[in-house]
Amino acid sequence: MAGSVRWSAGPLDRAQIRALGLVAPLLLFIGVTFIAPLGTMLMRSVHDPVVADALPETLAQLKSWDGEGLPPEAAYAALARELRRAAAARTLGQMAGRVNRVQVGLRSVVTRTARELREVEQGPWRTQMAAVDSAWADPATWYAIQVTGERFTARHYLNAVDLQQLADGSVAAQAEERRIYVRLFLRTLAVSGLITLLCLLLGYPVAHLIANSSPRRASLLLILVLVPFWTSLLVRTTAWIVLLQSQGVLNDLMVSLGLINDSGRLAMVYNMTGTIVAMTHVLLPFMVLPLYSVMRGIPATHMNAAASLGATPLRAFWRVYWPQSLPGVGAGALLVFILAIGYYITPALVGGSSGQLISNMIAYHMQTSLNWGLAAALGGVLLAGVLILYWLYDRLVGVERMGLG
Amino acid sequence: MIMRIAQSGLGRIGYLAFCTIVFVFLVAPIIVIIPLSFNAEPYFTFTEGMLRLDPDAWSLRWYREIIANEVWMRSLINSLFIGASATLLATVLGTLAALGLANSTIPARRLIMGIIISPMVTPVIIAAAGMFFFYSALGMGQTHLGLILAHSVLGVPFVVVTVTATLSAYDVNLTNAAASLGAGPWTTFRRVQFPLIAPGIISGALFAFAVSFDEVVVVLFMGGVDQRTIPRQMWSGIREQISPAILAVATFLIVFAVLLLLTVGWLRRRSES
Repeated sequence: MAGSVRWSAGPLDRAQIRALGLVAPLLLFIGVTFIAPLGTMLMRSVHDPVVADALPETLAQLKSWDGEGLPPEAAYAALARELRRAAAARTLGQMAGRVNRVQVGLRSVVTRTARELREVEQGPWRTQMAAVDSAWADPATWYAIQVTGERFTARHYLNAVDLQQLADGSVAAQAEERRIYVRLFLRTLAVSGLITLLCLLLGYPVAHLIANSSPRRASLLLILVLVPFWTSLLVRTTAWIVLLQSQGVLNDLMVSLGLINDSGRLAMVYNMTGTIVAMTHVLLPFMVLPLYSVMRGIPATHMNAAASLGATPLRAFWRVYWPQSLPGVGAGALLVFILAIGYYITPALVGGSSGQLISNMIAYHMQTSLNWGLAAALGGVLLAGVLILYWLYDRLVGVERMGLG
Repeated sequence: MIMRIAQSGLGRIGYLAFCTIVFVFLVAPIIVIIPLSFNAEPYFTFTEGMLRLDPDAWSLRWYREIIANEVWMRSLINSLFIGASATLLATVLGTLAALGLANSTIPARRLIMGIIISPMVTPVIIAAAGMFFFYSALGMGQTHLGLILAHSVLGVPFVVVTVTATLSAYDVNLTNAAASLGAGPWTTFRRVQFPLIAPGIISGALFAFAVSFDEVVVVLFMGGVDQRTIPRQMWSGIREQISPAILAVATFLIVFAVLLLLTVGWLRRRSES
């Protein structure tokens, strides 16, 4: 890779233009089918027009509101009008959901108010709305509308790192029970680190053995590494469920060997143990293959030389072999770590409730809570982390060497 | 001295034992699935009858169930169709790009490579979420075309990496020789370069197909009922009602994986020799 970025001083020669012409269709394709979707997602994380589109007049009235006390009657009148309009246009539910995320409980207040005001023709709006729900006499409600009415917002990112913006504009920590994302990010990093370490511990000796076998035996052993690599991820995850579940193969085996009681079957799956075991299994080939390709290039004579100079095997390993294998360790560890922090399928299937990682939270907000802005912001934070690691990988190893077996 | 040999002998036994355990860890879970798929009972574990090798405890019941099941068969067709289309697209675009990248003086090579490989390392949940927003906005949310485009972009890095690796072993003098004999660029490619790098292209295509054939997250986010694929069907099977029919599908996928793996290995040996 070194020196491969070579801008020619003059205009491009014909061969270069032809090369770019060959690459261009793919770059265009990736731009449209991959980069643009990522851009759409990142846009979602900062841009949310639902409330602004539903309540333009109310928000215009709130512009002059100082945030102290209640807004003027004109704001109530505008809101009453726009709530009815939103109900008719069936955008009320979406809008109420947005407001509810800032102030829990407002979803039902907004929908109920819209329903009760259907028949009302005349003001005074403030008293009538406050009669429907006392929340309309609370400045916090108006603040929630004002905040969600911003088209561009950092709210989702603040939320993704357990912060919130208060009514006076200052940034503060979320309420204790809503502080879950930072802990989840940290847990994802810790679990990924542990899985990387396990893969290294298991993969290093195996890669060494393969690298130092006769070509015939090496290719046989490599097949043992490549079979799981090529086998469907869902198959491997199913396999771990079959092995680890309480009525599964391993528990049955231990019961029949008398190691545990029938009532004392171990909970090895649908929890963090399941996630760690299955993910280590899934990612181990990504550690072994780069290690193997580096170790294959380390001459066996080096260890012999160290031994003949009187080094103990351990010392020879540590001073001679290990330093030479470090590029493989770096490549394998970075690759496993990058893949682990974004893992979704395995934790979703074998992680139970305690073995979930950040990707699963993103999926939850995408599919269940439908808080797409927050899902996008969590994705944005995760993507930034992965890009930094990816850049590091390119510096240290070169992305071209992301060869896989 | 004798102490040391004994020690290293012990060390060697420990080392080999450890490696054996790791190999068992890698392969055993996959192998265990195969006999369990012939279970006559709807259990996920070996029944006593199976362990006694009682022929009545073994059956093809789950295989029959899958073949008779229209939903599984439709997902097989979907998987094959989406996989084949995505592979074709990824292989053509990826091979062209690899040919361009073989020119070491191409500007911004590192950046281009970084972009091309990025779908491989981007967490698939992020890609799937983005694709869901993007393709839905374009009205391609629950279409085969949307999934084909998504799967090709996820598979294309594998094509580029594999073909680039094959091209790096290609001797440029052959192109020059062909040109000096009067062959145009297209003829040179078709008659000289293509036959030599064909094994790499096929390997890349198999990789891309395997990616699509195993992909479930994008399908979960973007696919509708009509786009159910085999992994998508397995996903519901595992989450909702885990039946040994899944193990029969899994066995089929294992056999498929071994065939792919052997083919790619054979192609590599061919291109190396």
